[in-house]
Amino acid sequence: MNPLLSVTGLTKSYGAVEVLKGIDFDVAAGEKIALIGPSGSGKSTCLRCLNFLEKPSAGAIHLDGERIGVRLGRPMSDRQLAPQRAEMGMVFQLFNLWPHLSVTENVAIAARKVRGLPAKEAQELALDMLAKVHMTHRADASPLELSGGQQQRVAIARALAQKPKLMLFDELTSALDPELVHEVLKVMEELAAEGRTMLIVTHEIAFARDIADRVLFLDGGRIVEQGPARALILSPREPRTQAFLRQIRH
Amino acid sequence: MTNFIQPYADYAGEWLPVLLEAMGTTALLSVSAFALSLVFGLLLALCRNTRWRALRRCVALYVAAVRGVPLLAILFLLYFGLPGIGVTFDAFTAAVIGLALAFAAQVAELLRAGLMAIPAGQREAAFAVGFTPYQSFTLIVLPQVVRISVAPLIVTFVSLLKDSSLASLITVDELVLTGRAMATEYFLPLHIYLAVGVCYFLIAWPFSLLSKRLAPPAAR
Ligand SMILES: Nc1ncnc2c1ncn2[C@@H]1O[C@H](COP(=O)(O)OP(=O)(O)OP(=O)(O)O)[C@@H](O)[C@H]1O
Ligand SMILES: [Mg+2]
Repeated sequence: MNPLLSVTGLTKSYGAVEVLKGIDFDVAAGEKIALIGPSGSGKSTCLRCLNFLEKPSAGAIHLDGERIGVRLGRPMSDRQLAPQRAEMGMVFQLFNLWPHLSVTENVAIAARKVRGLPAKEAQELALDMLAKVHMTHRADASPLELSGGQQQRVAIARALAQKPKLMLFDELTSALDPELVHEVLKVMEELAAEGRTMLIVTHEIAFARDIADRVLFLDGGRIVEQGPARALILSPREPRTQAFLRQIRH
Repeated sequence: MTNFIQPYADYAGEWLPVLLEAMGTTALLSVSAFALSLVFGLLLALCRNTRWRALRRCVALYVAAVRGVPLLAILFLLYFGLPGIGVTFDAFTAAVIGLALAFAAQVAELLRAGLMAIPAGQREAAFAVGFTPYQSFTLIVLPQVVRISVAPLIVTFVSLLKDSSLASLITVDELVLTGRAMATEYFLPLHIYLAVGVCYFLIAWPFSLLSKRLAPPAAR
């Protein structure tokens, strides 16, 4: 069976600095993949290249067999990219909720404006998605009134409302107070249990071990090691992976 | 004191309609010029943030130039100067264009500051859900810029309103020119210019209050 996502030879440079040095991996439908690695190893850049928030310098990304960001050998504009991006739900470290819109509207607006749902259906969809992240009780609030953990859950609901083929999570809990981490991880576990395809950048190693099917360890812009989550985290083979895991457990 | 007030009582019936009409002209002039300067200023602000360096330079030059030239010179140029090359405006149109050209530069700077105050993540999140650049701008970025900028924009409108008095010098029958004509007619300049001042204040005051209400708490 063809993979849902395939990444080949992904390279990204900022000026003379090569941040990603040729990344290859596949993600099967329903698979959950954790991307771990030291700070600056290129995890966020890799994720952001998948939906072309960063334009890759080289390489190819296919989602469901469709080449992302390139049509007939030519780079696509942001306008042309919009429908492709809508297929991937992305959640950011700093939530990036839209403060001028209510919680419900944050979740509903793309359903109307991108997928063309009627207002009432979009509203219902938004409430369903908010229920999934246990945020129905704040549906009418402004994002500014919410705690970090609540904002992050709304951001997850916003991405879910896209009905994406793939979810991209970039360190959802890194900006949260420690006591709020749990509520976000719990939601992610519930999503994982629904069989969604998820690509998760995280520093929560125990979480990665329990939730992911596979772990990719990134260092210096390359995938240094990859394998089944438990095996890789409990008994890494590469010295760099060992050093990283030892240090993160300290 | 009663002596001072007496002329107002005597001439209210004659002055009021004239002043009200002039007030209408001043208000129409100011509102038209401001609306135009909003559109033009937004275009300038967007050009100022564009990828094309030449365009950015041109806009910066325009803003600097307009700031360095007195509004009166711009008005004279439009009204008395341009007919020399065959371009003729009536006085009111010339005043609207002149005020708009001058204030567009200020509006542009305000909006640019507003645009830069929106974190990059806002637009990225908009792209991520599948919005086009146009949708990202109109649905996500612009409403937030408007929120940030509305109070300073109102302040700008009030200063445009006051500067619209310069249009009297290119024969627009707004408040000041009307006041001058009345002063010559009635020989009561003190009374008349006071009344003119009150007229400006009556237009400006609600906006001043509004801008204070809309300003973020820290700036109050
Ligand atoms: N816009 C940019 N311009 C220049 N360099 C950049 C840019 N964005 C990222 N980098 C560099 O690319 C490298 C990888 O960054 P990236 O954010 O992908 O790392 P990361 O693995 O996500 O790190 P962290 O765990 O700290 O989030 C870093 O050295 C960073 O400084
Ligand atoms: Mg990162």
